[in-house]
Amino acid sequence: MEKSIDKATLGMIAKSGRQKIPLVWDRYERQKPQCGFGEAGLCCRHCMQGPCRIDPFGEGPQEGVCGATADTMVARGLARAVAAGTASHGGHAKHMARTLLMSAEGRAPDYPVRDEAKLRAVAERSGINTGSRSTRKIAADLAKKALDEFSEKDSPLAWAATTVTGGRVRTFLKHGVVPTGIDSVVSEMMHRTTYGVDADPVNLLLGTIKCALADYAGCHMATDLADILFGTPQPALTRANLGVIRKDAVNIAVHGHNPLLSDMIAQAASDEDLVNKAREAGAPGGINVVGICCTGNEVMMRRKIPLATSSVSQETAILTGALDAMVVDYQCIMPSLAGIAECFHTKLITTMPIARIPKASHIEFNEEKAGMQARQIISEGISAFRQRDPKKIDIPGVTAPALAGFSAEAIISALAVVNGEDPLKPLIDSIAAGNVYGVCLFAGCNTVKVAQDFNYIEMVKRLAKKNVLVLATGCASGAFARHGFMSPEATNQYAGDGLKTVLTAIGEAAGLNGPLPPVLHMGSCVDNTRAADVAVAIANKLGVDLDRLPVAASAPEPVTEKAVAIGTWAVAAGLPTHLGIVPPVIGSKTVTGVLTKTARDLFGGYFIVEPDPLKAADALLETMAERRKGLGLSA
Amino acid sequence: MEVIYVRPERCMGCRSCEMGCMVQHSKAKSLAGAILGGERPRKRLFVEDADGSRMPVLCRHCEDAPCIKACISGCLYKDEKGFVRRHKEKCIGCWSCVMLCPFGVITADPENHIAVKCDRCHKLDVPACVASCPTKALVLRDVEQIPAEKRRRLALSETTGREVA
Repeated sequence: MEKSIDKATLGMIAKSGRQKIPLVWDRYERQKPQCGFGEAGLCCRHCMQGPCRIDPFGEGPQEGVCGATADTMVARGLARAVAAGTASHGGHAKHMARTLLMSAEGRAPDYPVRDEAKLRAVAERSGINTGSRSTRKIAADLAKKALDEFSEKDSPLAWAATTVTGGRVRTFLKHGVVPTGIDSVVSEMMHRTTYGVDADPVNLLLGTIKCALADYAGCHMATDLADILFGTPQPALTRANLGVIRKDAVNIAVHGHNPLLSDMIAQAASDEDLVNKAREAGAPGGINVVGICCTGNEVMMRRKIPLATSSVSQETAILTGALDAMVVDYQCIMPSLAGIAECFHTKLITTMPIARIPKASHIEFNEEKAGMQARQIISEGISAFRQRDPKKIDIPGVTAPALAGFSAEAIISALAVVNGEDPLKPLIDSIAAGNVYGVCLFAGCNTVKVAQDFNYIEMVKRLAKKNVLVLATGCASGAFARHGFMSPEATNQYAGDGLKTVLTAIGEAAGLNGPLPPVLHMGSCVDNTRAADVAVAIANKLGVDLDRLPVAASAPEPVTEKAVAIGTWAVAAGLPTHLGIVPPVIGSKTVTGVLTKTARDLFGGYFIVEPDPLKAADALLETMAERRKGLGLSA
Repeated sequence: MEVIYVRPERCMGCRSCEMGCMVQHSKAKSLAGAILGGERPRKRLFVEDADGSRMPVLCRHCEDAPCIKACISGCLYKDEKGFVRRHKEKCIGCWSCVMLCPFGVITADPENHIAVKCDRCHKLDVPACVASCPTKALVLRDVEQIPAEKRRRLALSETTGREVA
């Protein structure tokens, strides 16, 4: 199997081979064969009477020591994965909320409220009195309200209940899946899945959906608060792929997920003293901040910071030999980076007390003096620059232009140029006329199990041709950006005639002198609720629920537990949700059946598992055809 | 002649060899395909637990195979590669081979009423169990090399005191 279809990544893989530096793909080879019990979800280590395994073919044991069946084991495993994903997004959101509170209390001077309109909008939605109150008071109330979402309350999570359709709320109440606390539901799932608690697979799966809805709330909160503190993204043109790393500059990569750190680094990079220091060190190009993974998306869409690469290929940035520092926060940061950085002059800097890596430098992040720390980190990069070995430099000259930052607000304001009184109307009319056949949100990661980007690119080509508007977040965004699918040229090349007409009309009206790209960059992986917001607005406008819209989701190359949580809430939100990797649930017929069939009866959404990208695209088109017929539209 | 050499000290008891064996003996030849297709392939080797030690036990494809001698219906035979295999359609389910096999690795399939045994994955270069073993507790070795290696190891440890893995 090819390891990637990205030329820049392939160049660095070849270099790693010559230099005998093992990368993620080599470690994957060393892991083979991977355990079939694990692959099917049929192992359990939840107690010390185990580990237990169940024989999927019926000859061997059919129960664990405690009597847990395959159904119980698989459901418990999935529940814990969703709980872990929810805890991750929740941790990210809580970090934001604490910082907003510190900002409101004057303890974090580097984090002023940058989008007051969004602060007021979110506060009002959350039932906080705004009126003529000061920004600080509203921010403090909103931050406290946000922090209250984490422990168990008597009422549903505000960030879930107030951001979805009325129909969804009724569906969630009907099935008893309304979460009342983000941390409390994670804790409940850990309790339910421990030795001798919940053994009923269906009950476990409903609990899992409740937990996933808490994940939705955490994601939505993280996005809202990031916009309030750093500004709501608007389309900004930048570039993507390893070629954005510059030989003539001090290159600092920000990697991880939270903008709290990366935005500070991006700001500090224009500090005149530091730029001069970089020039004195021999870098005429000054300081060049580049993004990796999702914090890369955060600064890409708010500060036009170019994106170097995505999650699975994170190691290749160091392989260029020109990366002076890589500063990381949390999530998706491979521990292998430390060993690879040792082969070069690159300084790997961890910053979070909960995410340290042996052999990395650690500068513990403190919101009260974030700006100063950002400058300190850049200074570390400048010192490292002096140690560069010119013989080791090898930067692939590959980049693509990328228009990033289509927040829900940005999409609405682009549409408002076409119809100021009723911004959604042009989009709804286009859907009705079939010029936009449907909408597909691509989310998730790149995985070592698929040639990097292959599934994304094969699917988008097919869907764009069939006039499906594609939205993307996270490393899906990264994949499309690196391959040029976020440029107006891609619309001319790949979009079907109907879609081309719509994207051109909006793009011209918005003053882009050309069409919008066929793939709209909606943010990092925590930002999937931006797409949900657009879908909810359309559903409310049409007076139908989400499960009737020709909208689907796809994670064609998923990796993380966070992706499992997102996929699960996408299903609960009523979306057909494609997975390009067979998840570790196939050991249970019951669980597989609930996820791919029964969920549809309960929530309207369901999982479609299809490793072949073209078949997957066709399956998604079929769901759109079905839903278009349901709405009385041409199929 | 290549044989499957077992190194019990490396066995973690993960049963990946059993899983690999079952998948290879499914119609789908893939884990997901076999499970989703509702197949029930049977394993041909067995990871045994002996007071906490683990060891895969499998057919030795004996030169003078007791199972073939015991087979009264002409089902079991030795193929051109020296592997002891079945003409499945000839098995009458008398279980003589099951009783006679000194290693206990021929089993009665109660669903299909025939004896089941290792076919050494005769169509593959590397048998599925060997390919599935993450710790290389199962390896393919030339039968003549095994005693040669043992003699070398003995000589080394006797003369230099060095233990060689």
